[in-house]
Formats: sequence, C-alpha cells, structure tokens
Amino acid sequence: MVQFMLNGEAVALAVPDDVPLLQALRGPAGLSGPRFGCGNELCGSCMVLVGGTPRYACTLAAGAVAGQQVVTVEGLGTPAAPHPLQSAFLAEQAGQCGYCLSGILVSAAALLARDKSPDEAAIRAALEPHLCRCGSHNRIIRAIQRAAEAIQSAMAEAIP
Amino acid sequence: MSHGFGAALPVEDGKPRLPGNLHTNRRLSSWLAIHPDGRVTITPGKVELGQGILTTLGQIAAEELDVDFSRVTARPAATPDSPNEAVTSGSLSTQDSGSALRHVCAAARHIFLGVVAQRVGVPLEAIRIEDGRFFGPAGEIGSYWALADQALLECEAPSEVTIKTPGQRRIAGTSVPRVDLPDKVFGAARYVHDLRLPGMLHARVVRPQARGAMLTELREGPLPGDAKVVRDGSFLAVLAATEWDAEAAATRLAARATWAAEDTLPEQALLTDWLRDAATRGERSTVAARADPAPPVARTLRRSFHRPYLAHGSIAPSCAVARWEDGSIEVFTHSQGPYNLRADLAKALRRPQDSIIVRHREGAGCYGHNGADDVALDAVLAARAVPGVPVRLLWSRAEELGWSPVSPAMLVDIEADLDAAGNLAGWRSHIVSNGHSSRPGRGAEPTLLSAPFLAVPFAVPPSINPPMAAGGGAPRNGVPLYRIPAMEVATTRLLEMPIRTSALRGLGATLNVWSIESLMDEAAGLAGVDPIEYRRRHLDDPRAIAVLDRVAAMAGWADRSRREGFGMGIGLARYKNSGAWAAVVAEVEARERILCRRLWIAGDVGEVVNPDGVANQYEGGALHGVSIALLEQVRFDRRSVTSDNWESYPILRFSEVPQVQVALIDRPEQPFLGAGEASMAPTIAAIAGAITDALGIRPRALPFIPDNLAQAEA
Repeated sequence: MVQFMLNGEAVALAVPDDVPLLQALRGPAGLSGPRFGCGNELCGSCMVLVGGTPRYACTLAAGAVAGQQVVTVEGLGTPAAPHPLQSAFLAEQAGQCGYCLSGILVSAAALLARDKSPDEAAIRAALEPHLCRCGSHNRIIRAIQRAAEAIQSAMAEAIP
Repeated sequence: MSHGFGAALPVEDGKPRLPGNLHTNRRLSSWLAIHPDGRVTITPGKVELGQGILTTLGQIAAEELDVDFSRVTARPAATPDSPNEAVTSGSLSTQDSGSALRHVCAAARHIFLGVVAQRVGVPLEAIRIEDGRFFGPAGEIGSYWALADQALLECEAPSEVTIKTPGQRRIAGTSVPRVDLPDKVFGAARYVHDLRLPGMLHARVVRPQARGAMLTELREGPLPGDAKVVRDGSFLAVLAATEWDAEAAATRLAARATWAAEDTLPEQALLTDWLRDAATRGERSTVAARADPAPPVARTLRRSFHRPYLAHGSIAPSCAVARWEDGSIEVFTHSQGPYNLRADLAKALRRPQDSIIVRHREGAGCYGHNGADDVALDAVLAARAVPGVPVRLLWSRAEELGWSPVSPAMLVDIEADLDAAGNLAGWRSHIVSNGHSSRPGRGAEPTLLSAPFLAVPFAVPPSINPPMAAGGGAPRNGVPLYRIPAMEVATTRLLEMPIRTSALRGLGATLNVWSIESLMDEAAGLAGVDPIEYRRRHLDDPRAIAVLDRVAAMAGWADRSRREGFGMGIGLARYKNSGAWAAVVAEVEARERILCRRLWIAGDVGEVVNPDGVANQYEGGALHGVSIALLEQVRFDRRSVTSDNWESYPILRFSEVPQVQVALIDRPEQPFLGAGEASMAPTIAAIAGAITDALGIRPRALPFIPDNLAQAEA
C-alpha cells in the first residue's frame, strides 16, 4: 500500500513499493494522462510532478512518493476549469497525435511556476527531456509563451 | 474489392463512376447517419492517425449538409460495417474519403429536401437550410432531425449531385479546431492503450534473441503474479493481472528461454555493397522511359546516393486489446487498415474472416506501416489462451524500435547528361531497394511479425512496391518533375529481406527527391545559374513554379547574403508526381555537426479544407525530414536491430528544432490533395543543398552526420 496526495486528494494504492509510479497511476489510480513511452527516462511521456518537480514516472518507484504531492496532467485542469497551459495548447492547436502532451504540459507547468516569463531558450531547455515525433514543437513553444502571457495579464488584473 | 494501397485506383466494374472510395462503397447509409436528437454521425473507413483527418472529414460533411460543425461526430472505423477504405495511407484520405463524404452529404441533403418539398408543396429550390433546419418562403418547414429517417439513406449514391461551389462554403476552408485535441490536453482515455475492459489481463511478448531465431528450450519455474505462459512454436508471451507482473514475468521468462540463432543480417558497414550484390539477384523493372529528340551531350554527371534503414519512432509502443470467445475474435487496434488487418489475422489464425471483428482506436502518431498490425496478432494469440477474457498487449520500446517494419535501405545511381548550355539533355537512374510495402491483407501469406514464428509457420514474403499508379514504392518521386528529353528510370526490387521492410512516410521519395535535387543544384552550379532559376528553366508545371516563387520570396532567396558557417538550400517536389506540391528552403549552420536553423515552406494541396491542419501537417512532415536528414539510421549487427532505444536511435529534440514558416497557396476550385507527406523529402533535399552552400561538399549518404559528410565529394 502506497499513500500520497494525487492531484490534491489523498490516495492509498494497493501496489508493491517497487512498482513504477507510472503503473500505479495507470493501474489502481485509474488515470490515463501519464503515458508509457519508453520505460527508460528517454522520452518524457510519463512525466509527472512530485513536489512540483518533473519526474519520470516510468522508473520512479511508487514507494518513493509516499506522503508526497503528485500532480499529473489531470491535476492541472479540466475542460470546465482548464489550466492556462491547456487553454493555450488548444488555442495554438499545439499537437497532432498528442501522446507526448501529458508529459510536456506538466513540465511546462513546473517551468511557469519558477519562471513567470521564460524566453524561448528556457522553454526549449525545459522541454529537452521530451520527445515529440509529429513535429508540433514550435506550436508547443508558442503555446507555453501564450500561457505565460495569460497568467501575467491575469495577475495584473487581479492587482487593484 | 480491396487493393489495399490506400488509393482509389480506378475500378472498371461498369458502374457509373463515383468519387473516391464511394465508388466501391456505394450505399449512403454506410457513410452517414442523421439522428432525431440533432446529431450527425459520419462513418468513414479512414482512421485518425494523429493527422487530424476526422476533423477534416467532419468539416466536409457539415458543409454539404449545412449543419453546425459541432453536430457532427465521426465513428471510429470497424469491420464489418464501415466502408472498406483499405489503408489510411499515401496522403489520400481527404481526396478519397473526403470526396466520397462530400458526395454522400450532398446527396443526403437533396433527398431530405426533396421529401420536405413534396410534403409541404414548396419547390426544392425555394428551401434554405440553417444549421439543419429547413425554411421555405413562409417560414420553418422542417429539419433533418424532425425527418431523421435512416431509411432515406438506404440507397446507392446517385451519380450526379449538386456540390456547393467554393464561394458557398462556410465551414470547409476554415481552421476549425481539432476534435481530438481536448482529450489529449486533459489526459483523457482516448488511445487504445487506455482501454480498460472488465477483467482485462495484461500481456507481454518475449521476443527471440535474433531475427528468425527458433525457441529450442523453455525451462519451467514460477513466475511473478502467477503469470501464465503462452507459447505457439517460437511465439512466446506472458499474461498477468497487472502490468508490473506481466513485465516482471516477461523478463524472468526471457532468461529461461534458449534460442537457436544464426547470422542473417548483412554487415552494416558494408550495407551499400550488400545492396549492389543483392540487386544482381533482384527483380528489375522500368519505371519511366522517354526518348524525345535531345541536344548533343556535352558532359555527363555520374552520382550515387544512399540512405540507411529508417525506423518509425512512434512515441508510443504499439498496443492492442483482444478477446477470443466461442470462436469469435474481437480486436481493438490502431492499425491503418482494419479490413486488411482482418484478412491477415484470418490467414494467420486459419479462421474465417467473418469470425473476426476489428475496431479502430487511436494510437500515437503513425507515419506508416509500424507495429500496429503486428501487435494485434500478438494480442489475439495471447487472448486465445484465456477464452472470454480481454487481453491488452503492449510492446516494449525495444520491440517498437527493433521489431516494427522499417523503411528499406536504398541506393540510386544517376547519370545526368548536360548539353552545351548546361541544361539537362538526358537522365538515367537505377534505384535499388527492398520493397516498400509488407502491409497486411494483400498476399497469400500473412505479413504479421509473429506469423513465421508459429508452430505451423508461414513464410515471410519479401516486401513489394505499390504500383506506379498508386505512387510507386522505391521509385516514388524517382521520375524528375523537370523537362528532360531523354529519360530512363529503372528500379530493382530485392528479393532477399534480411530486415523486414515496409512503408514509412514518403517511401522512396526520401532518397529520390534529394538525389534529383542534388543533381539540379550541381548542374546549376556548373551552368553558373542560381539553383531556383535553373529549376524554373526546366519546369512546365505552373503550380510547381508557383510554390518555388513563393518560397523564394518568403526566404528572401534573391537577397540572401553569405554568412560564415551558414548555408541555404532549396528542395522541390510534387508528392508522388500526382499529389501535393512543396517547395522548401532550409538554412543550416555547420558546427561540429550540422544543425538546421530555419525552414520556409510553400505548399499547394488544391482546395484546403482546414488551413491550420494542413500547415500543421506540412510543418510536422518537414521536421520529420530534419530528423531523418541529420540524425536517423537503424543500426544492426549480424543478428538483430541494435538501435532499439532513443539513445541508439536519436530523433530531433526541442533544442534543435528549426524555426518554420509555412505558406499555402489555396486553390478552392481544385481537387484536394493530401498534406501529410509532401514536405518531408523536399526538406531533406533543401538541407543537403544548404550543406553544400555552407561547406562546399555534396552529401552522398543519409544521415548527414560527420562520418558520412567526410565521404562527401566537393
């Protein structure tokens, strides 16, 4: 049994400690967002946030996140209440097959959490662990820039 | 009838000609359903591969019916009810499925309006439609939804329908957002990988240690999670309740298996020698021959070009979910051709086709014949061991990169004759390659990966080439677009296939466009003429000239200035010589290796249904081309493919992606042509030209990595 906070809710998953977190998330936790791509930390499809930091869920033991905050793409937002990144990816039509997007979105969320207005080089660097085979890279970069601007202007409006 | 090449080859069946795949699937009801609750379902046989086709087809349907786009949904293709549109390939879906749906929806509109007109006593021409509601001179008189009677669509399509004119279109021609993307940014269960059926077990395959190796011994012993072993000859798999137990069991079982393996692959370092040698035993054919009066030859250029085997490199390993119950087999698959897959499953299982249902579900991006069909057989074989229980079988990354069909290694020898003015007077080329298709559903033997490993095995037929009428395989784009009076293009298909080959985006165009464009650049240089001007001199096709001129303007070609370490090059092709046009200018920077910094692309796909979707396809294809040009080659030893992870098979990453500008020349009055494959080969050609511009050497072998460039000629 592994207990941790998954997308803001406490979960207790009946998995051995040494099972990869990805399989715990896709298995007993019933999520689809974190995706299997290579199982070897080389493509980023499985990326999730652990304590706000992008981690490869394909190799990270489930037991290693006991008591921690885990956020997957499902935890960023929903169709009814999307994260600015999700809105921006839709606005830029940033994807084709979309299989890489779950991981890219959480890495982008971590980037925007520490850098409010990343330049293009910073975005590319943050996405270097991620492979996209369809060639949506430039749209993805533009979507992250768009989301950063949306967050900035929302904050500006919130300040009286 | 299924020819299975994706294309609607003309069928001479004596029936009135209907557009696209409607000709062979003539009933309206097999394409379209209109529901009382205000929804429309289209049921094309083409499938979503990540290219956005379902959005495009929905736009076409909504347009001709005159309903809001949001009312239209596409049902995933499935046997036996969906139209048999063979394979979703060859950049033909919009032209073959889209033209069929356009005709079907125009016919449906006419039928529904006719019923209402008769009922209300209003002339048909006096009725207008607003989002599915019908209005006569005196107000609303009905709607599709009020009338929704599927019996109205239980008929053959009429041969004549009135299609909207370009000026009447409101939905087709606009950048409607993709219908599949929201699921993908919210992490919804959309892929076949995400199917979870009650009681489903997880399966993994234990692959042989080498190509063609046979399982000689399997030691017994306990397995994690009480996993069940499935064996049929040398096909070996495990089944368990959880993914982790299935993976652990597969690892354990692999250690208990003994294989009889032999060297069956050529030496990679001597691959071109092997191609030449195998060609002496291959099947040679003439692709094109022309002998118009030609000026005297002043000089002949003799050049050879080579490309390695290439992998698909989809981001997800192939996956399928299967169930075998009371002799009925159901399989969920990301195959490109549900009917073709069904045909080969039937052969491999020695079962009738009508005992098998194949249902399409999306996978990760598909760029050709990857492992999707193969894993479907694997899943069915595993499911056969647990009757009634659904089984999800997922390949590993190593299987995906190491055991999927690959795009064949190729070489081409070209002799180009130049006249005294430096113009092309003659062209002789010989293209050597394995066939570019081992797609299922076409031959007497199944082509699925595991079929030759079964206890009663099937032979592995050498891959074939689609006919030139369908674009050809190895010789695809091998006939220059340029005006050349004397020409002979030949190809030799190898009859030995040490590594299983099949279709990957562009097929032979990857090599052929680059080699032709390289000679155009070289000849232009010898003539002292700008490369784009030299191409224009040899072109009669106004649409080819138009994309060249557009891309030259976009890239500032005429005013480009030399920068140390940088270069620019041009590539032009009309895909399959019958599809979409693309002209690409690439800028590269030569450091310790070559980096592509910028791409400008001009395209022409005729009528553009979704401009943003077409731009996305052109850019994606071009970046695929950058990756192939600069990074990709399948590596192997004498027994197996060894480039089975992303370190040994690197692809383009975010840090090295060039900036891209795409412009489309919209021709709303022209038939639509597919966008997915047009830009890739010209991009490779443009990068090669840019390398020459930067370094003064002409690449002769892909990928353009330092080792290969060191062999290049000045």
